[in-house]
Amino acid sequence: MKADVRPAELPTIAKAPTGIQGLDEITYGGLPKGRPTLLCGAAGCGKTLFAMSFLYNGAVEYNEPGVLIAFEEQAGDLIKNVGSLNYDVQKLIDQKKLFIDHVHIERNEIEESGAYDLEGLFIRLGFAIDSIGAKRVVVDTIETLFGGLSDIAVLRAELRRLFEWLKEKGVTAIITGERGDGALTRHGLEEYVSDCVILLDNRVSDQLATRRLRIVKYRGSAHGTNEYPFIIDEEGITVMPVTSAGLAHDASTERVSSGIPDLDVMLEGKGFYRGSSTLISGMAGSGKSTTGAHFADSVCARGERCIYFAMEESPQQIIRNMHAVGLDLQRWVDKGLLRFSARRPSLYGLETHLASMHREVELFEPSSVVIDPLSALLGTGLVGDVHSMVLRLVDFLKSRAVTALFTNLTHGKMENATTEIHISSLMDTWLLLYNRESNGEHNRELYLLKARGIAHSNQVREFLITRDGIKLRDVYVGPEGVLTGSARMQQEAREKASELLRQQEGERRKRELDRKRREIATQIEMLQAQLAGETAEANLLGQESDAREERLTADRADLTANRGSYRTHNKKKGSNQ
Amino acid sequence: MSDVTDSGYNLRLYVAGQTPKSVAAIANLKKICETHLPGRYNITIIDLMKDPALAQRDQIVAIPTLIRHLPEPLKRIIGDLSNAEKVLVGLDIAPS
Repeated sequence: MKADVRPAELPTIAKAPTGIQGLDEITYGGLPKGRPTLLCGAAGCGKTLFAMSFLYNGAVEYNEPGVLIAFEEQAGDLIKNVGSLNYDVQKLIDQKKLFIDHVHIERNEIEESGAYDLEGLFIRLGFAIDSIGAKRVVVDTIETLFGGLSDIAVLRAELRRLFEWLKEKGVTAIITGERGDGALTRHGLEEYVSDCVILLDNRVSDQLATRRLRIVKYRGSAHGTNEYPFIIDEEGITVMPVTSAGLAHDASTERVSSGIPDLDVMLEGKGFYRGSSTLISGMAGSGKSTTGAHFADSVCARGERCIYFAMEESPQQIIRNMHAVGLDLQRWVDKGLLRFSARRPSLYGLETHLASMHREVELFEPSSVVIDPLSALLGTGLVGDVHSMVLRLVDFLKSRAVTALFTNLTHGKMENATTEIHISSLMDTWLLLYNRESNGEHNRELYLLKARGIAHSNQVREFLITRDGIKLRDVYVGPEGVLTGSARMQQEAREKASELLRQQEGERRKRELDRKRREIATQIEMLQAQLAGETAEANLLGQESDAREERLTADRADLTANRGSYRTHNKKKGSNQ
Repeated sequence: MSDVTDSGYNLRLYVAGQTPKSVAAIANLKKICETHLPGRYNITIIDLMKDPALAQRDQIVAIPTLIRHLPEPLKRIIGDLSNAEKVLVGLDIAPS
């Protein structure tokens, strides 16, 4: 307990744990030990059950035998009544750990004549305490005496004496009292019992009753001051302290997969933080449950346990439906890793839901839970109550490092990013699932609105539910806007077509160029051939003229030789030519 | 204590030690019985200090308590019995 941090020499109030879940947390240890506590409330608030739980737990868990002085119920009835809480009272009585004394007092059976006191009650109580060595006493409801006896002055004096006497006896006592108008108890018992006063309340709003508990005062001890809802069911009484978990939970840096590989990619490729809370909002049919089932599947695939709280579908239905997307949840159920807890939200009030969730989590010790959908609880309480319940649930799960995935059904336009229960601020990660209509079809889109502590993708992804599970696709973002579904496919097809066209055009032009080049090359060849021809011609001509020149020279030489005798004449002739 | 007769009164007076109220109750009861039920009554005085278990068995809360076991039905009177008239009413005895 918290008192441990104090130095040992400082006196602190010793406490007797009640063993009632939650109550010992808000009282930091239990009721003041060796002192009486007043437990008041209207009829039907659960005072007697509360007191019985105190005695039963004392006897069973803390080895403190207890005495019940019952003014209102017969011992036999009491045993039967608490039998519904699985309390085997008869066994405790046989083991001398519990003593029940029913004090029957009926005014019209009693004549009063002269002075009297209540020594008989003291003797009975003293005898009961001594016979089993009781450490705990419950007096339920002593105000009945006011109906049975007429001398109020004597009664008051005797009550004062009784409470003093209980203190001297050193027993931890609970005195129950009926709530009066404007006062805690009808007969002002709070005057006498002032160490600790606990008020029980059972309010009905919107046809749903909610039990609440408040510690009005606790002398010499810190205590939670709020009104705490509590429930009574077959497991006993559970008080739900919102502060017991507080905000002191450890923050794990370990990451767990979301169950959808594509979504993990959006979360730095690693998924959620272990022990974090994730909200998935979306309209009907946007794939919330499927996402939840993927998550549950991945948890079980790692060999961890998971509870799936189904508020709208039966487990068989979920298992069947998830087969359609390639998830076999049945095998995890068979292996004992996955537990479905299906309940109609309207079956119980909010507190009962919360408490039974608490209990299942405590018993099954899952590493993760899926609550599908959270919004179904909206109908079971006021918005404020739902909010505080979810707050408590989130705190509770976080304190146990349970990774939680909540789905939330939203109505109307998803663009206004609020939740009816205003719980988004409690969540570490918030996924929005849109269901957008365009071109005559609805397409699912997923957007990571927030993910605390994770550098998450800001992209809207198209959310496809396929035979092989959920796939996320990049949406088409281009000059045509953001496109999904057929529009995206059309656009992609269009792009592919135009791409093909471009490719073909390119090839065509390339071929054309090739052709031209080849043409030119041919031309060049031709010209070169021509050139070669011309050159050959030119050479030929050159050679001819050379030959002619030679012949002329030779001829001239011959002529000269022939004209040797007629040189002068010939010379003259030659020079004239 | 007198003999018990068929028509007699079987009375039990529960006290707790020798307190003034107890002593007064015993004296008052004897006086009333002697006056109104001479020879027809039987008084048992039970000290719960000595036998506390009887307090639960006989449903005693106030002290002193007088219980008329016979004749039927069972009647209870609490107090030191100083008001004789009320005792007579409580015991269904017509004042004579």
